[in-house]
Amino acid sequence: MDLILELIPQGAQMILVLALAPLLLGYTRKVKARLLRRRGPPLLQPYRDLLRLIRKEAVLAENASWLFRSGPYMIFSATWVAAALVPTFATGLYASWTADLIAIAALLGSARFFLGLVGMDIGTSFGGIGSSREMMFASLAEPAMIMIAFTLALLAGSTQLSYIAQFMLTHSSLRVSLGLALAALVIVALAENARIPVDNPATHLELTMVHEAMVLEYSGRHLAVLEFAAALKLLLYLSLIGCIFVPWGLAPAGSSLTGYAVGLATYVGKLAVGGFLLVLLETSIAKMRVFRVPDFLGIALMLGLLAMLLLFVSRSF
Amino acid sequence: MTPLAVALWSIPALLCAPMLAATAPRWSAATRRTYGACFALCFIVLVAAFVHLVGARNTAASLHLPIGLPWIGAHFRLDGLSAFFLVVVNLGAAGASLFAIGYGEHEESPGRVLPFYPAFLAGMNLVVLADDAFTFLVSWEFMSLSSWALVVAHHKDPDNRRAGFIYIMMASFGTLALLLAFGLLAGGSGGYSFTEMRGTTAALPGLVLLLVLLGAGSKAGLVPLHVWLPLAHPAAPSHVSALMSGVMTKVAVYGFIRIVFDLNGPPAWWWSVVVIPLAGITCVLGVLSALMQHDLKRLLAYHTVENIGIIFIGLGLALAFSAHKMPAAAALALTAALLHVFNHSLFKSLLFFGAGAVLASTRERDMEHLGGLIHRMPLTAFTFLTGCVAISALPPLNGFVSEWLTFQAILLSPDVPSWGIKLLVPAVGAMLALSAALAAACFVKAFGVTFLGRARTGAAQTAQEADRFSLAAMFGAAALCLLVGILPGVAIDVLAPAVEGLVGARMPSQSTISWLSIVPVAESRSSYNGLLVFVFITMSTLVAIEIIHRFASRAVRRGPAWDCGFPEPSPATQYTADSFAQPIRRVFGEVVFMARERVDMPAPGNAQPARMTVTQRDPVWDAIYSPISGATSVAADKLGYLQFLTIRQYLSLVFVALVVLLFVLMLVMLVWT
Repeated sequence: MDLILELIPQGAQMILVLALAPLLLGYTRKVKARLLRRRGPPLLQPYRDLLRLIRKEAVLAENASWLFRSGPYMIFSATWVAAALVPTFATGLYASWTADLIAIAALLGSARFFLGLVGMDIGTSFGGIGSSREMMFASLAEPAMIMIAFTLALLAGSTQLSYIAQFMLTHSSLRVSLGLALAALVIVALAENARIPVDNPATHLELTMVHEAMVLEYSGRHLAVLEFAAALKLLLYLSLIGCIFVPWGLAPAGSSLTGYAVGLATYVGKLAVGGFLLVLLETSIAKMRVFRVPDFLGIALMLGLLAMLLLFVSRSF
Repeated sequence: MTPLAVALWSIPALLCAPMLAATAPRWSAATRRTYGACFALCFIVLVAAFVHLVGARNTAASLHLPIGLPWIGAHFRLDGLSAFFLVVVNLGAAGASLFAIGYGEHEESPGRVLPFYPAFLAGMNLVVLADDAFTFLVSWEFMSLSSWALVVAHHKDPDNRRAGFIYIMMASFGTLALLLAFGLLAGGSGGYSFTEMRGTTAALPGLVLLLVLLGAGSKAGLVPLHVWLPLAHPAAPSHVSALMSGVMTKVAVYGFIRIVFDLNGPPAWWWSVVVIPLAGITCVLGVLSALMQHDLKRLLAYHTVENIGIIFIGLGLALAFSAHKMPAAAALALTAALLHVFNHSLFKSLLFFGAGAVLASTRERDMEHLGGLIHRMPLTAFTFLTGCVAISALPPLNGFVSEWLTFQAILLSPDVPSWGIKLLVPAVGAMLALSAALAAACFVKAFGVTFLGRARTGAAQTAQEADRFSLAAMFGAAALCLLVGILPGVAIDVLAPAVEGLVGARMPSQSTISWLSIVPVAESRSSYNGLLVFVFITMSTLVAIEIIHRFASRAVRRGPAWDCGFPEPSPATQYTADSFAQPIRRVFGEVVFMARERVDMPAPGNAQPARMTVTQRDPVWDAIYSPISGATSVAADKLGYLQFLTIRQYLSLVFVALVVLLFVLMLVMLVWT
């Protein structure tokens, strides 16, 4: 019985991230359109898009292999598991000790690994260009993420996100290292989610696509699954920034129903604010040339390394 | 029979295995018999070693045989550490032999491979069992020479001859360094057995460490002593490449651990400051070099260099923790290193088997001539993909677990009260993270270019699936990769005796933790559960598939590739290995390899093709080896003058030399008294 009671919030989180991810995408599109003085599509448009896509037949290239067909599901499930392990409305959920921040970053790495592979499966030059550039971005973004994880781990004495969030709640103070880590995490989040200035989620101009180029050959339900995974990833990064840097409102383990409700309300609020800031940033800057991106990501890596170095020297930074 | 006796009896048995080949009517029968016998023998030793590791905990069995030098004899010993490495050696050897039962059929000159292969296995087993300096060095040389013979098996290719030459040079140099190290350890009294070395402290333990770094490091492939490795490993037949990369480098790691952790007394604080940066540089340089390759086997060999770097980061951290009396942390770092030893031997063997299957089927190891093999060789592709995921340190496979443990060890290092470590470890942590990400990029490239896309040549188009023995070996290794990935706690507990014997502590027992999680220090600090991650991923994949298939359209239509409306029929328009790595070459290669791109674009109206030339240089070769080889040839030229003197000149030369020597001797005696 206890086990079931403990499993309920965990299951709720797994479903919550699924339910909210397309909404967040719709929300950012809406806000972006409003900032550009357009009306924009309705909030629920991503759900409709997904539904429409899964009802359509899937068109596969003649030489698509089994990896091409199974890849989207693997990418989706790795991203989903990672998103369900980041605290959203509560900490200390039943499965939270399954994987720490390093493992969550590595799970996203698994998803990206398969995305890179399926981009190359058909043997078109666009797929190759997307995979090649995505792996180049990842080769800088992933170490930056590990550096951020190290910084947090050195501060909180744990790589478990639940413990980190609890630590931030009880020991909240302004620290140089945390500021550096936040800046680095924002840069990594922009790159990982293929947002401006690294990549443009709305582009179909061939030579500038990265993420879109990899999924160019997909259609129907496979495309729907991949789009869903991308939406989940955006939600994951906003939850991650939320639970580390604004941990207020998170319900601790074994909270009452009210506690969970408060956690949920603040979580939705955090997503709204986070999504708004993201779009504000996106509308105020231009997309970079591809070979400027390594410099941009290099900044994240250096900031993360600097934050970690400061903490190695003294825990008081 | 005790496990030690089983292991020792297997040595003469292995050496006799080629006799089976000699009695066979045909080469194919000889191949099957030899490899079959090797497989059986290695499997028996594997079981014996495993039984010792699990059953005997850390009690050591030893044996003294009256062979070898009369006043030393030959000492053999089986403790936790050697039992663990015996498992690694024989698991890899059994896999390679099984693979070779099928793969050996494609060998062009079996007569040059069959006699040396069992000898190579025997040599590696002997190194791990040796318990005195003499036996160790003889076995070490035996291992080196038999593997050298295998490297030059296809000696008609000039590249292979060059690889063999560089290998034998580096191997001799490494053995010389080890010889000197043992000399220092034995001291003036000449106690050459390891038991005596343990009892006395060496005169110059720091110098011993440096010599072992040179000797074992050159065999393992530490930068800058790695240059022979990417040449020699791919030159050998593929099952031997798997053994050299997956297993022989681990025997070198064993040599390092045995001497530095066991024989050389308590570590000094500065040892780790030497080892850790070398290991970090090895990691990054190894993986960056791998990214620049388009020869599949050479790419894998460079990755061995990277993984040796990861192992040595763990060993360096363990030295740092031991030097500062933090046994629990040292146990974590050493466990991470040993687990990576085991994991790397698994997935590197698997990947070399895959490369061998591709080579046997297409006669190609250049990725630019392959492509689309996932259609022709689906099972090989599946196992190779498993190996790629494992080596890229992605959950839920085994490579991730050992890297995760290394990261956890890094996170313990701010407690070390040494500024050298405090400033060094963050940088090396960044290098480790960077190399993990680059490894993923490299294996997307390796798998994507070789197995995905469209076939680039006729050979790739007509490739056949590998035979059933090769497939059995590959599936076995892939299954073990998954098993260790989802049950890492079991592996950590099994190798605990080896760790405990070296640093006097072990990681907390993992078998009592609920749900088979692994918890390196405390649950509040970090935990990882490979089993649950695997179950979660499998379940959510199944749920997704179920929901999609219930509510979505199941219709599939096959059509031509979309490619933004302009599909190009020629497979040459696909991304190649070089073009895939081009962005990374631009970001990292311009600094590290001085990579330069030059594009010759013909004038408008000129129908000549445009050419792009990429030049890159090997910094290690330029900085260290070119000057040495240059100086050697200059010295040889000068000394060559001595070769053609008259008798008179020789006589006067001898006379002058004698007088000078006597004079020096006189000076020495004067100073002495």
